Amino acid sequence: MSSAAITAGGAQPAKRSRSHADPQPAPPKLVVANPPKELEREPLVLNGRSHAWITDAIAGICERPMPKWWWPAFILSFGGMGMMFTLVAYLISTGVGVWGLNQPADWAWDITNFVFWIGIGHAGTLISAVLFLLRQKWRTSINRAAEAMTLFAVACAGIFPVVHTGRVWFALLPGYLIPFPNANYIWPQFRSPLLWDVFAVSTYGTVSLLFWYVGLIPDLATLRDRAKNSIRGALYGLFSLGWSGSNRGWSNYEKAYLILAGLSTPLVLSVHSIVSFDFAVSQVPGWHTTIFPPYFVAGAIFSGFGMVLTLMIPLRSLFHLEDIITTRHVELMCKVILATGSMVGYAYGMEFFIAWYGGSPYELYAFKNRAFGPYWWAYWSMITCNVISPHLFWFKWCRTTMWFVWCVSIVVNIGMWFERFVIIVTSLHRDYLPSSWGYFTPTWVDVFTFVGSFGLFMTLFLLFIRFLPAIAISEVKAVTPQADPHHPLGGAKDHHH
Amino acid sequence: MSAPESQPVGLLAQFETAADILHAAVAVRDAGYKKWDVFTPFPIHGMDDAMGLKQSKVGYFTFCGGFTGFFFGMWMIWFMNKHDYPLVVGGKPLFTPLFAFPVSYELTILLSAFGTIGGMLLLNGLPRLYNPLFKMPRFKKASDDKFFVFIANSDPRFSDEKTRELLQHAGASSVEVVED
Repeated sequence: MSSAAITAGGAQPAKRSRSHADPQPAPPKLVVANPPKELEREPLVLNGRSHAWITDAIAGICERPMPKWWWPAFILSFGGMGMMFTLVAYLISTGVGVWGLNQPADWAWDITNFVFWIGIGHAGTLISAVLFLLRQKWRTSINRAAEAMTLFAVACAGIFPVVHTGRVWFALLPGYLIPFPNANYIWPQFRSPLLWDVFAVSTYGTVSLLFWYVGLIPDLATLRDRAKNSIRGALYGLFSLGWSGSNRGWSNYEKAYLILAGLSTPLVLSVHSIVSFDFAVSQVPGWHTTIFPPYFVAGAIFSGFGMVLTLMIPLRSLFHLEDIITTRHVELMCKVILATGSMVGYAYGMEFFIAWYGGSPYELYAFKNRAFGPYWWAYWSMITCNVISPHLFWFKWCRTTMWFVWCVSIVVNIGMWFERFVIIVTSLHRDYLPSSWGYFTPTWVDVFTFVGSFGLFMTLFLLFIRFLPAIAISEVKAVTPQADPHHPLGGAKDHHH
Repeated sequence: MSAPESQPVGLLAQFETAADILHAAVAVRDAGYKKWDVFTPFPIHGMDDAMGLKQSKVGYFTFCGGFTGFFFGMWMIWFMNKHDYPLVVGGKPLFTPLFAFPVSYELTILLSAFGTIGGMLLLNGLPRLYNPLFKMPRFKKASDDKFFVFIANSDPRFSDEKTRELLQHAGASSVEVVED
């Protein structure tokens, strides 16, 4: 084991002409020394777990009864969801006046919550698509749950812009946002970024759902094959579409997966860019800046990884998945937070610099007002959470101590909510004329609708871990050494080379 | 055990490791079989070459979807905002590809994704409601940790003895007749 033997051309199977019965003379061996200890990577699945162990550990979660904590958590989340829908019904039946927004701050918590949730979703797509294209194999342990998180976050995000229109039926009926011939003989107006947003977010939700489902098909087949009762077998069988694991199937499947990753990558970048156009295309000082698209995308990934950690750290310890979601996985996610958090910090600085350098007094005022005006507390909360806290991850102890990472992930999410609040409310609450100045305060309906949206999010997530494999079983198996036909653990024998 | 009219459809061989299945696939390919497949719990690197499969055709479906999405988006916006109901908003032009781009771009991606997934399902013959292999108790492990080769007896080179011998020689831990 001191040196790895690689034969020339041995990695690729032989051409057709080399038949099994007529072996060629063995090519000369090329002896390559192992890399130095510091460069060796930790394995992605610890303790040399077998494929059967991986199947049992992951599929077993949705086959056994849920642990005791699941029901209280579910009831609490379900109650939160009920509260949110009750308050939405109250809003629709009464009017948007039940919220605290009014002129001049006519966007406030509604759009803050929308951007907050949609941003959280972006980490799921980043993990599933961008890290796939970059061949980051560690993504396999976390991509399934992160993609599920994306879908549920998009579901939460979708509610706010729809209900903030007040007369919701106008937003939902075909013909107003979705082009459809209607009684008014009028079409949507495609010059507005708000309409681009409708297409971006609905495409994003749809493609994320399809990508997630395609990834689930082989694992649903595993659950089908393990099903002990016929109802489970029938349902998992139905949704696995008769997947057999045939290699002709895998060949098309892998190509489709690669293409979907390639499509989702520009999609995820475009979605938050278009969300930022809702602001950047307007004339409002504090919004009208070209840095918004990259800055929003970085912030979205930053907050999304925060939420992935918030969910995955309890998940790995409650279900004893430490061998699959290892400390290395958590550490790598912390590094992504550090990188994107630094980009966000840079963007905050650059915005201020351009506000001064650009020479527009309104722009400069908007920024001075952000930091030192009546909402100074929101601005400095944002700076503390988003600019200072990620830099703790320069230290290894901070990246590898689970309770600490979990706390920082919460702080990151609080910070990113404040970022959206700061951008939206501080730019609006002081209009050009001092006679049009105001101060936005949320009502109890604002607060509890937002709190309730976490109930919706957690209800969906708890149902997900109850019924579906929370980790991509076939993908995790594929990154183990046993899956590699050229590795001794995969059964490779030296004389075969 | 099985219905009276059940007929054998081929041989199913089980293999224990990734390397064994890869070498078995090379052996079956080189013996000239056409109607056969390999079943694995995860895609095995190099298996497409070992089986002699060509590049997957999913990409053509993606292209058709994306092409349709982009030009349908452009046409839709031109039709709605310039042709059918021209309405000046904010002094902006009634149509330019610039403001039509974001929506057309999203539709490109949306329809490409539909094309990709539809193409993948079509090429794989999914959803498939019935598969005789699922009647084999052993085959449940194909989605867990075992590897299988199935050779259909409709293959011109199939012969009960020689095919069985080939599979056993390739290192199969079991070879069974699949009946339908």
